[in-house]
Amino acid sequence: MRLTPDQQAMLDGAKGETLAKVMKTLVMYGEAFGAEEMVPVTAEKGHLVTSFGLSMMKPVYDLMDQLIEGGAVNGQKFSVDPRPLDPNVPTNLLQKLVFKFMYSKQDDYEAQLRQLGLLEDDAFTCTCYLPQVGNEPKQGQVLSWAESSAVVYANSVLGARCNRNSGILELFGSIAGCVPKFGLLTDEGRKASWVVQVKTSRRPEAQILGSAIGMKVMEDVPYIQGLDQWLGGQLDDAAKAYLKDMGAASASNGAVGLYHVEGITPEACQQGKTLIRPDAQVYVIDDAELERVRASYPCIWKDPNAKPKLCFVGCPHLSLEQLNQWTGELCAALEQAGRKTVAVPTVFTAAPAVAKAFAKTPAADRLKGTGVVLSSICPLMYMNNPLCGKMPVATSSNKLRTYSSARYYTDAEMLQIMVKGEC
Amino acid sequence: MKQFKGRPVVPGKAKAEALVSHGGFNTLASFQKSLMFGDKNATCSDQNNPDLYQKPMAGKALCLPMTIGSTTGGMVLYTAACMGRQPACLLFSQPIDSLAAAGAILAGVWSENPMPTVDSLGEEFLQAVKTGDSITVEEDGTVTVG
Repeated sequence: MRLTPDQQAMLDGAKGETLAKVMKTLVMYGEAFGAEEMVPVTAEKGHLVTSFGLSMMKPVYDLMDQLIEGGAVNGQKFSVDPRPLDPNVPTNLLQKLVFKFMYSKQDDYEAQLRQLGLLEDDAFTCTCYLPQVGNEPKQGQVLSWAESSAVVYANSVLGARCNRNSGILELFGSIAGCVPKFGLLTDEGRKASWVVQVKTSRRPEAQILGSAIGMKVMEDVPYIQGLDQWLGGQLDDAAKAYLKDMGAASASNGAVGLYHVEGITPEACQQGKTLIRPDAQVYVIDDAELERVRASYPCIWKDPNAKPKLCFVGCPHLSLEQLNQWTGELCAALEQAGRKTVAVPTVFTAAPAVAKAFAKTPAADRLKGTGVVLSSICPLMYMNNPLCGKMPVATSSNKLRTYSSARYYTDAEMLQIMVKGEC
Repeated sequence: MKQFKGRPVVPGKAKAEALVSHGGFNTLASFQKSLMFGDKNATCSDQNNPDLYQKPMAGKALCLPMTIGSTTGGMVLYTAACMGRQPACLLFSQPIDSLAAAGAILAGVWSENPMPTVDSLGEEFLQAVKTGDSITVEEDGTVTVG
């Protein structure tokens, strides 16, 4: 790999042993993918995937200490994934005790994050790219991020450039100010090797469509046709929210880091079908295929017929548009059922900055009146508590389904559970 | 006895029993419970992986097409290595993915328990190798099954 004199000096130890190891890791990482050079990280801010002070992840915190002691603090300010704890989210005494044990390193880890370059005390969300949060990259900017749902969104919806980096590697890129150029940082790597033809009779559920795409194409880039008609033909807030959830499902059920939606996403609008490789495979998604994919999800509740004890909506965190939409639909459904409050404890999650913006709208009081808790917690971190994981938890997130015992329901089914207690 | 030649991503020698995943290996989902609750055998907790679910992964020659899922994957592999609960080696039929590469390299540079890693062994490798087979890995990326 060709390195600039500054990069070579860092590798040779001119800035200390720790930074030399950081650069060595990045060089080896690039060489594994045939990268010939490092390129500067041009986005203003970084984002870290590791938000949790989990007692069993001690090796990661030891490494953070090494970085701080070695002066390898971040060149970039960064946001971080959601916090794992929120006292407002329903928990019983035993669950609280387990949380206290599990996340016993949380305060220490947040202190490390502040030393390394945390943007602000409340910069904890997986949707750092939303305008209220203030970490929204521009098209063409190079990022060093790792959070899979944020990477796929930044690449696809914003047109930024970022590989599906791992946690820690993304921090190393931010510290060094450069990342190896390969994969999704190159024009060739952003071309599609799959054409996905959406031929459904109605707007597909974003979470199931993304899951189907992820399971089929795995880490390849899909070019999606036929979806624009269900998104109103433009990249407005509703379309962005849809693509946020679809992308997160494709990234967690497979390993998608970039997708193009014909007529919608920036590169598809600018380059059209020239983004499709000549040897691209075709995957047709119709109603039957979506039903097949949905039916393949295992239910690992102890009692598959149990009534849900908790509902989670917002993994990734909800946008302001989605919070308003859920509030409107929930209030209407409750009114129709003659109820004032939800039948099952329910948590909506959103970035702290989005929740603050929502609080200024009339919908905030309406939502509060339903009994729904609005939190900025990471639902996955909540479900990692084995006592929480034993509960029958319902979610509209395919990502949460994949990584926990939560059971997936469509948005309409979730609404029914919130109102009637079952589906 | 069959031999396969791949590319050493993290060169090294290993000898272990094969553990084969024919589908993508979801690193976080697979290691999540074992790391959290101190399971020294690193029993696989990925309910979506019928090949590996509830099987021990520590010390095995993990044979797989690629890793999938959360981008904490590399960090999780690194953590497993630091805790001595890592697979003995990682053997990929396909070119390695970015998360697995990160994990293997982090373990090699920053931990005392490197995982020799070989990729591009070919589809025929995953067709030939069976869970329980004896595996030998050489520094040049030669993998012997049986």
